[in-house]
Amino acid sequence: MEPLTWTGSLSGLNFIFIIVAGLLVLSVLASILVSLVPSSDARAVGADGSLATDKGAAGFINMLTGYLFYAFIAVVLAYLVGGVIMGTSAGIFGGMSRQFLPVWIALIVTFALSITYKRRLGLYGKLFDSTVGMIGFAIVMFWVFTGIMGGVMDLLITHDSLSQVSGMKNKLPGTPLSGAEDGDFGWFLLGGDNLARDVFSRLIKGSWVVVQIAPMATLFAFMVGITLGLPAGYYGGRLDTVLSFLANLILAFPVILLFYLLVTPEIVLTGIPNYMAVFLFIFPIIFVAILLNSRFYTQPSLRTPLLIVVLGVLGWLYLSLISSNGAIVDTGTYRIPGLPAVLDGFDIDGGILVVFVSVVFVNSPTVFRIVRGLALDIKTRDYVAAAQTRGEGPWYIMLWEILPNARGPLIVDFCLRIGYTTILLGTLGFFGLGLESESPDWGSTINAGRRLLSLYPHAAIAPALALLSLVLGLNLLADGLREESLRD
Amino acid sequence: MGIFILRRLGVMLLTALCLTFIVFWLTNLYPNLEKLAKTQGNFRMSDEAVSSYLGDRGYLQPMPVKFGQWLGVMPGWVTEKDDGKVFGRCFVEGTPEQERPTFCGIIQGDWGFSTVFKDDVGATVMTRLALTGKLMLCVLLLMVPSALIVGVLAGMREGSKLDRSLSTFSIATTATPEYVSGVIFIAVLASSKFGISPVLAEWGWIDSKTLFLGSATSAMADANFWNFFLPVLTISLYGMGYIARMTRASMAEVMTAQYIRTARLKGVKFSDIVLKHALRNALIAPFTVIMLQIPWLLNGVVIVETLFNYKGFGWLLVQAASNNDIELLLAVSVVSVVVVLVTQLISDIGYVYLNPRIRIS
Repeated sequence: MEPLTWTGSLSGLNFIFIIVAGLLVLSVLASILVSLVPSSDARAVGADGSLATDKGAAGFINMLTGYLFYAFIAVVLAYLVGGVIMGTSAGIFGGMSRQFLPVWIALIVTFALSITYKRRLGLYGKLFDSTVGMIGFAIVMFWVFTGIMGGVMDLLITHDSLSQVSGMKNKLPGTPLSGAEDGDFGWFLLGGDNLARDVFSRLIKGSWVVVQIAPMATLFAFMVGITLGLPAGYYGGRLDTVLSFLANLILAFPVILLFYLLVTPEIVLTGIPNYMAVFLFIFPIIFVAILLNSRFYTQPSLRTPLLIVVLGVLGWLYLSLISSNGAIVDTGTYRIPGLPAVLDGFDIDGGILVVFVSVVFVNSPTVFRIVRGLALDIKTRDYVAAAQTRGEGPWYIMLWEILPNARGPLIVDFCLRIGYTTILLGTLGFFGLGLESESPDWGSTINAGRRLLSLYPHAAIAPALALLSLVLGLNLLADGLREESLRD
Repeated sequence: MGIFILRRLGVMLLTALCLTFIVFWLTNLYPNLEKLAKTQGNFRMSDEAVSSYLGDRGYLQPMPVKFGQWLGVMPGWVTEKDDGKVFGRCFVEGTPEQERPTFCGIIQGDWGFSTVFKDDVGATVMTRLALTGKLMLCVLLLMVPSALIVGVLAGMREGSKLDRSLSTFSIATTATPEYVSGVIFIAVLASSKFGISPVLAEWGWIDSKTLFLGSATSAMADANFWNFFLPVLTISLYGMGYIARMTRASMAEVMTAQYIRTARLKGVKFSDIVLKHALRNALIAPFTVIMLQIPWLLNGVVIVETLFNYKGFGWLLVQAASNNDIELLLAVSVVSVVVVLVTQLISDIGYVYLNPRIRIS
C-alpha cells in the first residue's frame, strides 16, 4: 500500500485553504491597524430625515473579516466532511476524520439539543450566546467524547495502544502497516513511536486518562477548598490564621518538588498517599452532610432518612475508593483493614490514586484562598445580615447564602482549574512520575518522544498539540462563561 | 511599617522551618534511606548491612535529633567502630581529636555533602544557582516588558479589535505549558529535518543547519541568541499571558476613572493620556503579579532546564530528588522556599509603597 499524504485526493483544497487562511490573518491585522486610527464618522442625513452613518474603512474590513472567518470554517468543514466520506483516500486527515465519526455525531447532537433548548438551560444555555464559549465548549466536548468512546468503548482507535508492530519503529505519519492482515487498519495514521506503537491510538487512549482524572481531581479540590475556606472566611479569627498559614505553607512549595517528594515508589511504600487519600476524600462526605443537614434540620422526618441514604452511598463509595484488596493501608510491615473485597465496588489503580491525591493536594490551597476571599467579601452583604437576624445557623448561611452567591467566580475558576490540573498531570508524566512508563497519557508520551525530538518529532508533537487544544478549550470556555455570567 | 516587616519576617522564618522539616521528614523515611544505602553501597546489600550502614552514618537517630543536627543546634553524631576508627557528621576519619567541631549545620554555614555529585552542597548549589540566575534574568528581561506592552495595548481600548486579538493571544500562551511549547519550538525551529530550518538553510538565509539550537548545554559557558533564545522564550511565554491579562484588567479599570475622563474632555492627546496619566496607576497591580509570578517561573525553569539540558538549579532539583540526595534536596528546597517567601514580602512592601491609598500603621 502507498504511504498516505496529509490530505490525499482533497489536496486540491490546500490551495484554497492557504489563500483563505492568509487573507484572514491579513484582514485581522488590517482591522487592528484601522482601529488605531480614529474613524472620521461621516454622517449623512437622508431625504426622510433619517440619520445614516457610513461604516467607513473599519466597518468594511470588519465585514470582510467576518466573511473570511466563515469561509475558513467552511474549508475546514469541507476537509472533515470529505474525510468522513472518502476515508483514507482523503489522506491522513481524512482517515482521522472518519475514525472520529462517532465523536462528530455526538458533538452535533449535543450542540443541536443545547441550542434548541438554550433558553431553558440557565448559565449552560447562555454559553451558546457567546462565540468564544461555544468554540471552547466544542473543543472540550470533543476530547470528552474522544476519551469516553476511545478509552472506554474502544471505538475510535485503529490499533492496540500497547502492542508493538515490527518494522513500524519511528515511522512517519501515514506509513502503511507492515505485514498487515485482513481486518487490520492499513496505516499508522500519525506514525509509530520509538517502541513501534501507533501514535494515533495512544493519543486517543491518553485522552481518557486526562478526562477521567482532571475533572474529578478538580471537583475534590473544590470540596476541600470550600469546606475549609467558607468557615475560615466567615468566622475569621484564629481558625482563619491557622488554616491560611497551612495553605500558604503548601503554596510556598514548588509544585515539582512536592511531586518528587510525594509520587516516588519509596513514598508509596510508606503508605503516605493512602493516608492522604483517607484525609482528602472525606471532605466531600462532610460537605454533603453539612449541606443537607443545615437545610433540612428543621424537618427531622425528611432529614434523617435523606442523610442515611446519601451518606450510606457516599460512605460506600469512599471506602471503595480508599481500600484496595481489603486494606486501606498495606505497607508490608503492617496493614489497616478496610472494606472487604466482596463489598469493594471498584479498585483504583495504585499509580492513578497517587497522582489523583497529589493533584488534589496541590490544588486545594488555591481554591481555599479563593473561597475564603469570596466569603470575606460576601459576608458583609445585607442578605447575610438578614439571615443572621432570622436566626439561621452559621453553616446554613455559609452553604445556602454565601456559596450560591459566589457561584459565578467559582464556576469560571473550576473550568480554568481543570485546565491547570491537565497541565499538572502532563508535568507529572513529563518527569515520569506516578503513572507507568507505558501509560498512554499525554505527559508520558511527550516525555518518551522528546529524546528523538529533532529527528522524529511526530511522536511528541501529537500529544503536545492535543494537550494544548484541550487546555485552550477550557480557557476559552471559562472566558465565555465569565462573559455570560457578568451579563446577568 | 517596621513592625509589619518584622512580623512578616517572623512568619517567613516559621514557614521556612516547617517546610524544611516536611522535606526532611519525607526524605528521611525508611524506604528512602534504604534506597540511598543501596545506591551508595551496593544493590545486593542484606537488610542488616543496610541498617548498619545507615546506623554508622547517623541516619537512624530520631527525626528531631537529625533535624537539629542539620540545623546546627544539636551536636553532630560521632561513630566509633570496633576497630577504633572514629568518624562523625562534622569531621572525616582520621581528624585529630582537638580539631573535631561539635556543631555543624546550616547555622554554621555547613550545608553538608552531596551523595550524587560527591561535592560540597553549598558550592554545588551556588554554581547551579548562578546559571539559573542568568536564565531568569533573560526571562524577566523578555517577559516583563512584552507582557506589559501587550497588557497596556489591550487595556487602553477595552473591547476593540486590538484588545480581542491580544487577549486571545494571552489566553493561548497561558494554555501552553512549557513542555508543550518547548517541544513545538524545538520541532519547528531547531530541527534539521523538520519545520522551517531546512527551508531557510536551503535558501541560504542561515549559515548553520538550524535556526536555533535545540539544546542549551553550550549556553552554560557561553550564551548567545542562537543557543539561548528558545529556553528563554519557552519560559517567558507561559508566564507572559497571566501578567498581560492582569495588566489589561488594571489598565481597563484605570481608563474608566474620572481623571482620565477629565483629561479627555480637556482635549489631551490620547497617547499623552495613556503614557502620562494612566500608565503609572495601571502598573501598581501588575507589579504584585510579577513578583508573585517569579516562584511560578521556578516550575518552568525545572521543566525547561530538563527539556533543553541546561544544567542549572532546576536540573539540580531533578537530580537531587530522583536520587534522594537528602542534604542537596534540603538545600534546594531551602533556596526555593526562600525565593517564594522573599518575593511575597517584596510584593507586599512594594504594593504599600506604590499605592498611596494603603498605609500600614
